[in-house]
Amino acid sequence: MNRLIATLLVAAAPFAGVAQSHPDATRIVTIGGPVTETVFALGEGHRVVARDTTSLFPPEVNELPDVGYMRQLSAEGVLSVGPDLIVTRDTAGPPEVLDQLRAAAIPMIETHDAYSAAAVIDAVHTIGAALDVAQKSNALAAQIRADFDALKSDIDAGPQPRVMFVLSNQGGRLNVSGRGTGADGILELAGAVNVFAGDFEGYKIASDEAIIAAAPDVVLMMEPTGEAEHDTRAADTLSLPAISQTPAGAAGALVLVDPAALGFGPRTATLAAALRTDLLSAVGH
Amino acid sequence: MVAHAAPARAASPAPVGDRRAKAAMVRAVLLVALGFAMLLGLGWGAAGDTDVIGALGAGLGFGEATVRDMTIVWDIRMPRILTATLVGAALAVSGAVMQGLFRNPLADPGLVGVSAGAGFGAVAAIVLGGLLPASIAALTGTYLVPFAAFLGGWASTLILYRIATSGGHTSVATMLLAGIALGALTGALTGFIVYKADDSQLRDLTFWGMGSVAGATWAKLMIAGPIIVLALFTSPFLARSLDALALGEPVARHMGIDTQKMKRIAIVSVAASVGASVAITGGIGFIGIVVPHLLRLLQGPEHRNLLPNAAVLGAVVLLLADMVSRVVVAPAELPIGIVTAFMGGPFFLWILLKNRALLEA
Repeated sequence: MNRLIATLLVAAAPFAGVAQSHPDATRIVTIGGPVTETVFALGEGHRVVARDTTSLFPPEVNELPDVGYMRQLSAEGVLSVGPDLIVTRDTAGPPEVLDQLRAAAIPMIETHDAYSAAAVIDAVHTIGAALDVAQKSNALAAQIRADFDALKSDIDAGPQPRVMFVLSNQGGRLNVSGRGTGADGILELAGAVNVFAGDFEGYKIASDEAIIAAAPDVVLMMEPTGEAEHDTRAADTLSLPAISQTPAGAAGALVLVDPAALGFGPRTATLAAALRTDLLSAVGH
Repeated sequence: MVAHAAPARAASPAPVGDRRAKAAMVRAVLLVALGFAMLLGLGWGAAGDTDVIGALGAGLGFGEATVRDMTIVWDIRMPRILTATLVGAALAVSGAVMQGLFRNPLADPGLVGVSAGAGFGAVAAIVLGGLLPASIAALTGTYLVPFAAFLGGWASTLILYRIATSGGHTSVATMLLAGIALGALTGALTGFIVYKADDSQLRDLTFWGMGSVAGATWAKLMIAGPIIVLALFTSPFLARSLDALALGEPVARHMGIDTQKMKRIAIVSVAASVGASVAITGGIGFIGIVVPHLLRLLQGPEHRNLLPNAAVLGAVVLLLADMVSRVVVAPAELPIGIVTAFMGGPFFLWILLKNRALLEA
């Protein structure tokens, strides 16, 4: 099956080949976690000389110089690492800095940033073409697509738990996700219903009554960085009066997710599948 | 470029001779420091291997340099140091003028509402900019945020001035209080828009508030620069009136000062220069308060000497802060507002403690 898809994609490769190709680039700066992850997943990590603050995976990227937060880049900082290619997301900025980098005659490849499986696969093709490793990127894209397809058929068969994603617990006031966020995107891929998707966009503080009315089956939060925080984070949130009135509170159904799941990259299918497993076991499936 | 043009010396009061000599010395030292800071800013940065001299020569038509080096020297560092120089001067001079006008050591340009208004404009542009019709969006491009900030600063100052002025007389006390009220209102509106913002917009807002000269470009400098320079050159003409005003408004009027005209000029020039500064660099605090106070302790309170020296010292301080901001976490960059506050806060406290007797006298 994978081989078949790979073959089909190789046939389609000429389309991906339209983008500029930089086979000789050996001093690449990658901007954006998913971009960096993709370059490393393609086995081309040795060509990367610097990354941005949001690039944390795989762990070896932490040894590379950090050129700053992806929306607040500094032209001179990026140029100081002597790049011969910049691979970035189209949400990077500020725009005047990107213009300065283009003016310095550094080739720049942009991938489209969106919370969907298609965007992830497109980005893999774009980056593969830019690095002139189309064969590897076609294989990776085929693998990712197969993972998404497997997940999808699993979802169509199984239950769709109602989930509330809590970005942060600010002293009992919960900052929860509406639509148009990484959390909303990964919940959809994991076959779950985001309880606030129909109410608002982005992250907002939800009132206690809205939380009770939304009646989530599961509360989802990000894994804290410190081990010791794991238990306290769960206990603090589940003990809130509003949460205790929901099915999630009654069942003690709280799931912690790897923060990487909120950024859409090559691991997204795997992370979504893992999230689905966790969500289902939390609701007793 | 910086308003160090010496104001007319004809009408100087007699007993300040030694202070004047001191001020002249301070100015000489500061001008040398400014020259060094600018050269340092041009020659030193994250990209240490840049052939600065080669690129400078190539830009003037001698020899050749790589595109990369040309970009770094001419399109990144040059607009950046000029922006830091002008904005530093504008903030410091505006602070000194405001402290003189309000006769309050805590006054800063924020008092005429320009900062709150500019902040509101910038926030609105960052969050609501996407709602503009495509034709307008294409027209403003990446300059929407600075433009909105400038407009917001101006509108806010204009409203305050109208509120505080009745029967051809502007009451600075009314302006001060109305400024607080208007600040609360724009704060609430800003908060409402922030509430509507999405994640990446929130990040942009946070960074805007911390200020940066990193995004400096020739295009921005061409728009904001002339406004700032013009405002800086009007400030020496305010010096005598501000000195008279220190004795109280009635006394100043008896001395033949047209206080109304002077207030109008002061407010307009501060709103213009700070509005233009905030528009291109975001919020940079502390310079407007610390620089004038430091100079008053060094050379006395006469505005004729204070204003030009404040311009030069403000420029030097912002250039040095920018140097720190681009080197300390290289190849990334620390927002400059963090640097100015981090260096300035403790330094200001130290001055206060050291000169407590002097200040309380």
